[in-house]
Amino acid sequence: MNLELTEEQDLVVAMVRRFVREEILPLEYDLDPDADELDAADRARLIEKTKAMGLYGLDIPPAFGGPDIDLVTRTLMAVEMAQHRAGLYAPCYGTFGGAGLAQLFEATDEQKDKYLYPTLRGEKRGFFGLSEPSGGSDPARAIQTKAVQDGDDWIINGGKLWISGADKAQYGLVFARTANDKGRNGVTCFIVDTDTPGFAVRRIVHTLRSAHYATELSFEDMRVPAANILGELNKGFAIANDRLTKQRIPYAAGCIGVAIKAQEMALEYVPQRETFGAPLSSRQSIQWMLVDNEIDIKQSLWITLEAAAKAERGENFRKEAAMAKLVATEAGGRVVDRCMQMFGGLGVAKDLPFERWFREMRIRRIGEGPSEVQRHVIARELLGSSLR
Amino acid sequence: MLRGNLGVFQLADAQQNTRYIGYAGGKSLFGLKGEVSAAIERLPAAKLVRWEVTTSYLSRYKELLMLHHYDYGELPPDNPPPAAITLGKLRPAG
Repeated sequence: MNLELTEEQDLVVAMVRRFVREEILPLEYDLDPDADELDAADRARLIEKTKAMGLYGLDIPPAFGGPDIDLVTRTLMAVEMAQHRAGLYAPCYGTFGGAGLAQLFEATDEQKDKYLYPTLRGEKRGFFGLSEPSGGSDPARAIQTKAVQDGDDWIINGGKLWISGADKAQYGLVFARTANDKGRNGVTCFIVDTDTPGFAVRRIVHTLRSAHYATELSFEDMRVPAANILGELNKGFAIANDRLTKQRIPYAAGCIGVAIKAQEMALEYVPQRETFGAPLSSRQSIQWMLVDNEIDIKQSLWITLEAAAKAERGENFRKEAAMAKLVATEAGGRVVDRCMQMFGGLGVAKDLPFERWFREMRIRRIGEGPSEVQRHVIARELLGSSLR
Repeated sequence: MLRGNLGVFQLADAQQNTRYIGYAGGKSLFGLKGEVSAAIERLPAAKLVRWEVTTSYLSRYKELLMLHHYDYGELPPDNPPPAAITLGKLRPAG
C-alpha cells in the first residue's frame, strides 16, 4: 500500500495550487466577500488557462472530450480547488467546467446531441430536480410529482424544492412517479426543457449562502415527449442514486480543502498574535485546537481518498462515499469553528473568509444527504438484509 | 434612519417608477447609508427610496432584479447590465 502521491499527481496538484494562489485569490480581494461569480471577462480568461492546462471539463469522460483524470487525482484537485473564499460552493468559480449533477452520459444519441454536447461546450445549462417539499432525505418515497402517459407524451404535474440553477438552465432532469409503486421502482427521469409550457420557477429560496439561492419549481400539465425519458421507464431512481453517490466524494473534498486553508491561516496567525506577553502559539489551548484540526483534516482526507480509490477500481463504494461525506462535512465544520475562535473578532468579520465558510460549512451537513442519512446508508451497507 | 447595515434598496422617481436597484455588501463603506447616499447623488431622478436590511443581500439583489424583469421585461433604467452576475428567470405564482 503506497500512500505517496505519484509524480503525475504531484504535478497536477501543484498546477492547481498555483492556479488558485496566482489567479483566483488576487481576484477575490476586489470581489464582494459573498460573491460566487467572476465577471465575464475574468471567467473567460481563466477558462482559457484551464483549457491550456489540459484540465477543463472535469468529470467529463475522455470519450466526451473531458480530461483523462483518475478519481483519486480528481479528488486531490477538488481539495486544492476549494482553498479560497468562495471555494466551498464555487471552487475556482467554475473555471474548470464540468456538467455538475445534470450529467447525461446514459442518454440516447438524440438526447446527447440536443442536451449533452451543448452542455459540454458551455452552451446549455442543466439542473437536477429531485427533492420536493415532501422531503429530500428519502427522495424515492417522497416524490409526489406525477407523470401520466398520454399517447407519445407524458403529462407531468407537481413541484420541486431546493433546486440549484433552475432559473438559469435551459433544461433539467426531473424525477417523477410513473407507476403505483411507492418506492424507488416507480420513478422515471425526464429531460425537461425549461421553456416547456407549464414549467415555472416560482420563487427563489434564500439560505445561509448569501450569493447563491435555491429555487422552487412548479409543473402544471407539462407535456414532455416520451423520447425525453433518460434511461429506462420506472428506473430513474438508479440514475439519481448514481449521481448522489458519486457526488459525495468531491463534496467531501471541498470541505477538506477549506479546512486545510483555514488551518494554514491559523498556523500563520497564532505565532504572530500576542496576548499577555506571549504569542498565542505558546498557549496549550491553542496548540490543542491546531492538533485537533490536523487530526480532523487527515482523517477526512484518507477516508475520502479511499472512497475515490474504490470507485476508481470499479468496486462498490457506497459505504466509503457516505463515510467520506459524513466525516469531512462534520470535521470541516469543527476546523472552521476552531479557527474562528483563534482569530477572535477577526474570525467573525467579513474581512476574513471564516464567517462565510462557517455559514456554508453548516449547510454541508444537510445538503446531498444529511449526516443522519449517511449513517443510515453506512448501517445498511454493514448490516445488509438483516437491517429492518 | 439609514444605518450601516448590509441590505438591498430600490430608488424610484416621483411617479414611483423604480429607477435603480442596489445593494450594500461586505465591501460597502457605511453599508446601506453609504450606498444609498452615493446612489442618490449619482441619480438626480431618484426621489423615493425603500430598503431592506438583510445578510442575504446578493441573492435578494438578484431576486429583485429578476422580479423587476418579470414585471417590466427589462432591468431598471439606471441599472447597468450587471457585470459580475448572471440573472435567471422567475415566473412567480399569483
